[in-house]
Amino acid sequence: MMENPYEPWLATVEDIREEVGGQRPIKTFKLKFKDKKITDNFSYIPGQCAMVSLLGMGECFFAISSSPTKKGFIEVSVMKLGKVTTALHELEPGDTVGVRGPYGNNFDVSGWKGKNLIFIGGGIGQAPLRSLIQYVVDKRKDYGKIDIIYGARTSKDISYKEEFAELEKRKDVNVHLSIDVKEDGWDKFVGFVPDNLLKVKPSPKNSIAITCGPPIMIKFVIQNLEKLGFSEDQIFTTLEMRMKCGIGKCGRCNIGNLYVCKDGPVFSYKELKNIYGER
Amino acid sequence: MDILIISKNDLPKFIDELIKKNTVFAPIENDDTILFGQIKKANEAKLDYLNSQYPPKALILNQTETLFKFRPGPKGDIEPIKIDEKKVIFGIRPCDAKSLAILDCAFSGDFKDPYFLTKRDNTVLIGLSCNKPGVNCFCTSFDDSPASSKYVDILLTDIGNSYYVEVTSDKGKNITKGASKFFKPAKESDAKAKTDIEKKAIEMIKRTQKTENIAEKLDKIFENKFWKEVSDSCVGCGTCTYLCPTCHCFDIQDESTLTKGARIRVWDTCMNPEYTLHASGYNPRPARKNRVRNRIYHKYNYYPKNFDVIACVGCGRCIDLCPVNIDIIDVVTSAGEVKP
Repeated sequence: MMENPYEPWLATVEDIREEVGGQRPIKTFKLKFKDKKITDNFSYIPGQCAMVSLLGMGECFFAISSSPTKKGFIEVSVMKLGKVTTALHELEPGDTVGVRGPYGNNFDVSGWKGKNLIFIGGGIGQAPLRSLIQYVVDKRKDYGKIDIIYGARTSKDISYKEEFAELEKRKDVNVHLSIDVKEDGWDKFVGFVPDNLLKVKPSPKNSIAITCGPPIMIKFVIQNLEKLGFSEDQIFTTLEMRMKCGIGKCGRCNIGNLYVCKDGPVFSYKELKNIYGER
Repeated sequence: MDILIISKNDLPKFIDELIKKNTVFAPIENDDTILFGQIKKANEAKLDYLNSQYPPKALILNQTETLFKFRPGPKGDIEPIKIDEKKVIFGIRPCDAKSLAILDCAFSGDFKDPYFLTKRDNTVLIGLSCNKPGVNCFCTSFDDSPASSKYVDILLTDIGNSYYVEVTSDKGKNITKGASKFFKPAKESDAKAKTDIEKKAIEMIKRTQKTENIAEKLDKIFENKFWKEVSDSCVGCGTCTYLCPTCHCFDIQDESTLTKGARIRVWDTCMNPEYTLHASGYNPRPARKNRVRNRIYHKYNYYPKNFDVIACVGCGRCIDLCPVNIDIIDVVTSAGEVKP
């Protein structure tokens, strides 16, 4: 019988980390496949995604937020928003989820070797970027200068706080955090992410900019990158859509003739400019 | 290809023989509605019909289908199901048979859909030519014919006292060889009779959709106000999509009690706003205009780009049953005439 791409593998929730609390909480789930053979064969590249399900509640498509350089598990970061993500937030370590994937295309980790990388993330949009950041930090010698620009509404809404703190300690990575509104004790940038980008002012020379966040943020980040001289094939983003199958069959995640689940989620700005369709 | 004939007297005997060895589906009339259903006797099949209200696609891409069963919850487990259904679809129209070949494109590729493809492999299509196409039939707009044997394993054409039988595949040959006593070799006069009937049937198709370079033309008018105009009358009922033999979009839902559950796939429709609604509340296709346009583009632009074939077979169901008379022949033909 042919392989069944709809049938998930079972995985154990090894660890749950609360990234952000409050109204729209974010948790990172560390998942380990129950079958060791799957762990060994599940090979992915930053940018790729997985369908994670809780049996009885349904499935959702998430960017894998860990890097393949970290072996033996995968992580997904989930904002509590709908039916499935709310149920996932109720899980405890030791619980079982279904996982299938990896799906979609990926960041061009080999093509970008030797280039300066500028990450521009906002909110939960950091999840796919985190995978690539971990990857390039683990293979630091392969890449040029690394700038990470990240912003959230308040200091409490910053995801991956401990990891940012670790990255800030490194001399070979520049972290530029921001919050939208002024707070006591915050000595870093206050304002929106696109403005912080203009302040950091990365050079487009031999550089790639990768951005992910709310659509409105992406829009202005791209405008500002163009102001800084980045060309449309130096700008990359990763998109999301409502999805059911993850494998280009169920129909709903298309932008024009491309399916975000299968042909994306990573697109260059050049590609996005040349496809029409609702997004 | 084997060319045979079967007499009208022998056809019911042949069908009964088929039923003995196979699960046979055929058009059945019920309350003036024709639908494909399983038959236990040859006389249950209605062979002088225009077409079924639902496409027989429903026998391969089921309206609801269990993907697997599970024990629900955070300590759950999965119980796979066997996909081993075998069947014969008797009396499928050439257009609907073509739709299955079009759907093969979507369900194969990098990720093979085992439900669709296994059932497809395990199904024998015995087609029936349309001698009298309907008023909204337009298969000829896609260079196809109401008597095309291209997409079936066996095609029957009513040529008067007998049926002209074209056996196009090994699956078809297995069937006719297993019931060889009912079949005789066709004579040249039989072949001529089929050609004449096919020609007459083609002449009866009065409507034409202009599909020349349609994908390229649509490329230029995505933002045109035309899409607002054609979708103004749409009520978003989704009938067109549920009746369409090439529509394949589906939803996946978990259905469960406290101890048992199943992941189910069900037909979905791009006419529903919920179809694309994000959990955040954002909807990339918020208006009817977006959704009607997506339906037309999926068939006449996206599908040709991805698979080199228009995803419409000209069965006319969406025209016959649209409650507000949106006519895909007119929509596409006029779209092709819109100035970019």
